[in-house]
Order: sequence, then C-alpha cells, then structure tokens
Amino acid sequence: MKLAYWMYAGPAHIGTLRVASSFKNVHAIMHAPLGDDYFNVMRSMLERERDFTPVTASIVDRHVLARGSQEKVVDNITRKDKEERPDLIVLTPTCTSSILQEDLQNFVDRASITSKSDVILADVNHYRVNELQAADRTLEQVVRYYLEKARRQGTLDQSITKEPSANIIGIFTLGFHNQHDCRELKRLLQELNIKINKVIPEGGSVKDLQDLPKAWFNLVPYREVGLMTAIYLEKTFGMPYISITPMGIVDTAECIRQIQKNVNNLISNKKVNYEPYIDQQTRFVSQAAWFSRSIDCQNLTGKKAVVFGDATHAASITRILAREMGIRVICTGTYCKHDAEWFKEQVQGFCDEVLITDDHTQVGDMIARIEPSAIFGTQMERHIGKRLDIPCGVISSPVHIQNFPLGYRPFLGYEGTNQIADLVYNSFTLGMEDHLLEIFGGHDTKEVITKSLSTDTDLTWNSESQLELNKIPGFVRGKIKRNTEKFARQNAITNITVEIMYAAKEALSA
Amino acid sequence: MSNKISETLTFECETGNYHTFCPISCVAWLYQKIEDSFFLVVGTKTCGYFLQNALGVMIFAEPRYAMAELEEGDISAQLNDYEELKRLCLQIKKDRNPSVIIWIGTCTTEIIKMDLEGMAPKLENELGIPIVVARANGLDYAFTQGEDTVLAAMAHRCPEQNLLIDKKKVVQDSNIQNLFSFLSFEKKEEISNEQLEKLKKNPPLVLFGSLPSTVASQLSSELKRQSIQVSGWLPAQRYTDLPLLGDHVYVCGVNPFLSRTATTLMRRRKCKLIGAPFPIGPDGTRAWIEKICSVFGIKTEGLEKREEQIWENLKDYLDLVRGKSVFFMGDNLLEISLARFLIRCGMIVYEIGIPYLDKRYQAAELLLLQTTCKKMSIPIPRIVEKPDNYNQIQRMRELQPDLAITGMAHANPLEARGINTKWSVEFTFAQIHGFTNARDILELVTRPLRRNNNLENLGWNDLTKKEKKNKI
Repeated sequence: MKLAYWMYAGPAHIGTLRVASSFKNVHAIMHAPLGDDYFNVMRSMLERERDFTPVTASIVDRHVLARGSQEKVVDNITRKDKEERPDLIVLTPTCTSSILQEDLQNFVDRASITSKSDVILADVNHYRVNELQAADRTLEQVVRYYLEKARRQGTLDQSITKEPSANIIGIFTLGFHNQHDCRELKRLLQELNIKINKVIPEGGSVKDLQDLPKAWFNLVPYREVGLMTAIYLEKTFGMPYISITPMGIVDTAECIRQIQKNVNNLISNKKVNYEPYIDQQTRFVSQAAWFSRSIDCQNLTGKKAVVFGDATHAASITRILAREMGIRVICTGTYCKHDAEWFKEQVQGFCDEVLITDDHTQVGDMIARIEPSAIFGTQMERHIGKRLDIPCGVISSPVHIQNFPLGYRPFLGYEGTNQIADLVYNSFTLGMEDHLLEIFGGHDTKEVITKSLSTDTDLTWNSESQLELNKIPGFVRGKIKRNTEKFARQNAITNITVEIMYAAKEALSA
Repeated sequence: MSNKISETLTFECETGNYHTFCPISCVAWLYQKIEDSFFLVVGTKTCGYFLQNALGVMIFAEPRYAMAELEEGDISAQLNDYEELKRLCLQIKKDRNPSVIIWIGTCTTEIIKMDLEGMAPKLENELGIPIVVARANGLDYAFTQGEDTVLAAMAHRCPEQNLLIDKKKVVQDSNIQNLFSFLSFEKKEEISNEQLEKLKKNPPLVLFGSLPSTVASQLSSELKRQSIQVSGWLPAQRYTDLPLLGDHVYVCGVNPFLSRTATTLMRRRKCKLIGAPFPIGPDGTRAWIEKICSVFGIKTEGLEKREEQIWENLKDYLDLVRGKSVFFMGDNLLEISLARFLIRCGMIVYEIGIPYLDKRYQAAELLLLQTTCKKMSIPIPRIVEKPDNYNQIQRMRELQPDLAITGMAHANPLEARGINTKWSVEFTFAQIHGFTNARDILELVTRPLRRNNNLENLGWNDLTKKEKKNKI
C-alpha cells in the first residue's frame, strides 16, 4: 500500500477511454461500478465538449459480485450497437473488473456475433501500466485490429501517395494543448508541401485506418502516446517514423531536417531542401530567436529554474530554457518512470540534477530546497509554487480547465516557440514584479471600500456573532460583514447578534 | 401510510445506467466538517484519480484525507494488509495526530474481502486512536449515500446517554436573551422563568446530517425560537464532541439520503426517530419544525408568518420560475425535496430521477410532495428510481424542459442542444437548508435561466453540428 492523495498519471482505463473517445463513432463500454464514469465529467468539463461522451458503463454491482455479469455486458454492448450504431465498441476493464477475473473476451466474442459494430476488448493491465502507457497500447491495438482486418478482407492498399504525405499520430482528447499543436503541425507540413494523410486518433474514423500505410512517413509528436503504433507500422509496413518533438527552435529545425531526409529517401528526381525555410522561420517568423537576443532575455541569464512534467514536455522545455534562453535549470524531472532512460539521455548536459518520481511530495521538497526563481511544471507544481511564493508556468499534464484555452496556444512548431517564450518571460517577470513590490512596500490597497451609509462604527458585534463571522470563509467575510451592518443600520439595531446575521441574509435581495 | 402513497404516487425503476459520483466523494465535505478527523480511502488509483479530479482545488490544500493505494501485492495477498494499514496509520498519526481515523472501504476492498471491520479494533488498541470503518463503495451506493455509511458507522461510537439527570444550574443564558430581543427588534425583554423552563423541558433531541456549521446553527436557532433545545448533532464539529444517544433520545434527519443512519439510530441505539419532511425550502423547513414540535407537544409560534416572510423575500425569483418546467436526471438523492420545493414555487416538474428511494425514511417528504402537487393543482411527476440516462435524454428531447438538473457529464452536451442545465452537485455543496437559505436554492435554479435570458436573442441556442446522430 502507498499513502497518496495526488497522482500525476491516472489509472489505465482513463488512457483507453481517451483514445477510444477521440475517434469518431467509437463507443467505449466500461465494466465498472457506479461512479467510475467520471471520465465523462472530465471530458465534458475540461474540454467543454459539446457532444455526449461516447462512454457508458456496464455497471458492476452486488448482483454481479454474486453471480457474475452473465448477460449484462453482452446486453449492454448489443443495446449500444442498436442505439448509436458505432463502428467500433471497446470494452474497457477497470481495476475492479480486473480483480473479478470475468472472461470479458468471451463476452466480446459473443457480442460480436450479434452486433453490427466491431467489438474489441482493451488489453490493459491495471496494476502494471498507467494512463499514458494504456493509451499508447490501446491506440496500437485499434490500429493493428483494423489493418489486420483489411488484410484479411483484401482491401489493404499498400501503395504510397503520389505527393509526399504524413500521418500525425498521438493527438487525442484531454491532451495538453493537443488541439492547438495539431493545427500547428498541419500548418508546418503544409508549408513544406507535405499532405496530411491521417491524424489519429483525434477526429479519425476507424474505417480509414487501412489508409495509414499510404503515407510516406509517420510523425509522432509526443513520446507518451503513438510510439507503439509507429513502431508497429514500421515493422509491418516499413514506414519510417519521426519522433523528434518539434518544440523549441532547435528541435523544430531538427524535426524538419528529419522530414527532409525521409522525403528525399522516397523521391528519385528533385530532392527537397528545407534549409531556407528553416532559416526564414527561425530568424523572422518565430520571434523566439530574436527574443533570446533581446535585452529582456539578458536579464534571465543564469536565473534558476526547475522543470517537471511528462517526459516529452519536461525534456523539451529543459532544453529550450538551457540552450535557447540561457536559463540555469537546476533540476528537471518526469513522472514517466517507465521512460526514465530516454529522459536522462535527453536532458544530459542541460541541467544539474534529474529527478524521476511520481511522488509529488518529493517534487515539492526538491523545489523548496532549490528555491528557483520560476517553476515549469504541472498543475501540482503550480500549487507548490503558490505555497512557496514562486511563479510557475504550466507546461504539461495533469491539466486543469485553464489548460484548454480558447485562443490559439500551441507548444509545437514556430508559433509554439512564441507561446513558450511568452510563458517563460511572464513567469519570470511576475516573480520579479512581486519581488520589487515587496522591497518597496507593496501595493497600497489597504483602503476599505464600504457601500454603507456611514462607516463610523456605531455597531457592536457580540462575541457569538463575531465567532460566527470568523467561521465564514475569508473571501466572502467582508461582504457579509458589510451587508449585516447595513441591514442593522436600516433597522436601527446597534447590537449585532447571530440572529441579526441570519435575518440580514434573509432580507437581502442579493 | 406507505400504501396510501403508492396509490397515487407511481414509482418506476429503470436500468441503473446513470451517471453519479462515487460515494467516496463524501470525504470531500466530511473531512471539513469533522475538524479533528482523518479519512483514509482504501482503494486503487481509480478512486484516487476520481477524488483528485472531483475535489479540484481542495486537493492542494493539504487535506486531511489520503488514499491507501492498493498495489498488486495487496490484491494478490502477498503483503499482509494489517501490517500495511498499520504502517500507513502510524504515519498519519505521526504527521497529523487526528482524534479519529475513518477508513473508507471501496469496491476493491469488497471484492478481495479485506476485513476492515475485523482489523480496525485491533489496530485501534495498538495505536490508541479510534478507527471507524465505513464501506462507501460504488457497488452498493451512490454519491451522497457515502455520508450515510460514515454517519451510520459513527452512530455506534456515540456515548450512551446517562439516565441520571444531572441537576444543572439554570444559567441565565445570554443567547436566549438575544434571541428574544431579536423577536421584538427592540430593547431586551425580561425573560420569564416559564419560557426558560420550557427551553429546558424537551427531551434530548439529536439532529443527524452533515451541514456547514453556519447552517447547523441556523437550524438550531429556528428550533430555539420554538423553545426547543437541540442537544447535539451527528456529526459534530469535532469527533470528540459526538452527541449522547440512548433510548429516550429523539433523533431527526436533515437530509433525505440518511436512511441507513436513521435505521442504525433506531435499531441499534434505540433512539426515537421523528419522521419529517426535510428542511429544504421554506415549506419544508416549516413542516420539519412543525413535526418536531408536534412530537414534543409544543404549539408553534409565529411560524406561519415566518414562512410568509421568506416567500415574500423570494418574490423576484418566483416571478422568474413560475410556470417553467424542470427535469431531474437524478444523482444525489436530494431530488424529491428539491422537486417539492420547486413545485411550491410554481414550477412544473416532469420527472424526478433518483438513485435510490427509501419510501419509509422519505415517507413524510413524499406525502408533502403529494399535498404540494394538489395544492398547486399540477399532476404528480413520475418518480424514476435507478434511471437510465440514455432513455432520459430521449424523454427530454420530447419534453424540451426549461431546465434540466443534471450531472456534469451531460450538462455541456445538453446546453449545446439548447436545454438550460443546472449542475446537480452544486446543490450538495451549497447551503440550502432552513428558512435563511431558501434564496440560495433559487439563486442556483434561476442562474441558467437568468444567464440564458441575456443570450436569448442572439439566436445561437443550438450549437451542435447537424450531422450528429445523438441530437436532442
């Protein structure tokens, strides 16, 4: 057992559901007790999703515990098949169902016979993999299922497109700025005259998965999700893949050079040369290179920072801070323990120490020990920063609603470099501003604003009402105090008791 | 009585495929209520992730709850669960030193049959801290019923009321003085001994249900106006202040989801249960007080006027809701009481979805619902236990209610289809009890209506793409 109240990566089924609900017309059915469907709440709330989340539960209750699910799961699958006519239904085990050890594969087989939809069982072990690993696994499973199906049916067309084209793999729901990143990647590829063949899973249709091999290469922007699929496609169809995350100026250029290599491998006549494009973008389109030279950024030189997040974002941001802005990264870390080796290799030479942990208290202690000028981390680090009075820029999942901005905020590509520069700069200057204010005595906002008729204290609060007032949370206490006093004056009451407080609340039309 | 109800009230039961919060979410409000407690949820990553997401910002405030996260070794019994729990509880004792540790059992502990009830007394002796076990799992319960399991477990821990009536001196209580001065809004009156005597007279009354302390004292003071003294609350602000219980103690619930607690108090602690409607809305509050008074043989004073006054204060909101229709999808068991109050406000309720309905515990509330419908001359809404969200959405498509009270999983999709929604969980966390807070309920209910009145003329009510199949 482990004592914990916060985790960076969720349980495995969340990863599966994220992949399943990113596809168009795919429905996931969880084998789970009541209340385990809070994934729907997350998606509806955080992503402000307009459509009903295509996830339902086949409820595990007392009866199921006693007699097994029997017909229940099969009935739920066939019912959903009739109601929604999805292309694919993914039966998703949860930690509860994995202990029950029911033969879910058997349910899937039985349900496939009667449903028009394809039905598969997500193959994840709850006690060995986390949300990200499960998502990676599920995506590969779905792709494999459809490619093998196409091969069996003889509909698999392995010829590549005439023009250079790419698949983008790993954009999905509840991913950190995924939607914006996807748009930016599409734009980047378009400017290089590369067609987008497919984007999966977000908005993709499982019927189109058989067209994946038509692309010249695969682009996997995030390490956490999509690599398994890319490796499978390479093994089976010889498709090359690029897994350099185009985050920051240097890495974006590196990624484009990789694309160039892959395109030129398949072109016989006119070889492409993207160097002029890289140069133009770096020096004039992206503002980040200029920002690094500007006076502003000079002030950031040698400032201490700490980075923590998923492997992709933490590694990339570390390199940007150290290599592109001259900021000293004292410690960088990731909660993707399964990817520790890769991570260490990536950040080698860009930071003083590396922390691999999924225990937020260790991260908090590390930050307290180092006392950096700014933190770049997840929502958890943001709150650690609040407690220690250190500004924090959020660069990675776990996410909050404010990480789903309506405005365009990619982290990848050339526009991404601008966004990151803003984020870094604002984190540091805010810290600086605070610091200066402290030195010069703070903002002068001590004046009390009252809406009352007069502010002379002709009112006394007795000890009980004083106590009651102190029970009220700080942020509304002032308002309640003012309203009560206003009410008391209107009724010519001088002694404020608890009852007067209640009466004031009742009488108030606000 | 219950027979008579079922003649006119119809109860349906659907598939139970509905969305609600897991009952372990009760730690969110209970750890705040019981200030010296620590809640340990014995479960998996799934439970932890739920709490983390459901509690949002609270999680960062070093809350007094934690997960005992089960790992593979715990599931396959390679690790000794007693030793594991001991290790964690020692850690908790060292870091927080609570007066009580509450173990919340989950689905996983049920399935692997972890004997929490068996281990708790042993560990309690070893640690010297009381350990209360509540099995608030999703196999058996929904959302607010979590609190029910915790309070039922705590009811066993309340000290026994000593039959020796100790001779307390009658203290001139300044509270009481203030109370009467308030009634007359003028100088303090002399309190007659008779009234003082009356206050001391009623047999011990314990109210059960976790409310914010302000709301609890509001309800206590409403009863005090009728010269009824509340002798204690379950739960109290601190675990060490649990109320005395015994065979001549009267108990009364303040929330509709506390049926197990009620049963435990009656059967195991021999208390006398006062079955009343719940003090939600001015009508409910008045009926609740009247019922308690009638049990104690006390004639109520000024209650009618008090209720009228509150309705008077609500006038601006009532104008907004009158004639509007509501659909409760059902997820927190407050639905019957809220529907009853909204009908009294002049709204039309199409359907009351509810996870579970204890017809005996809610008998008085159901009766009030019936009489309210008669009084407002509208048909009694259908009551659907264990609803099926998919079917409900189909029904909503037919009915096009003015307001759907629903969980967050459906709120945004319904809004996108032009149906006003109010998120039901807010009713669980907002202050909705008593006369004083009636306004807050309507504040919540009217918010979407007020917001959407502002947007009405923009012509953007349907914000979904037309090709969607699951359109409403």
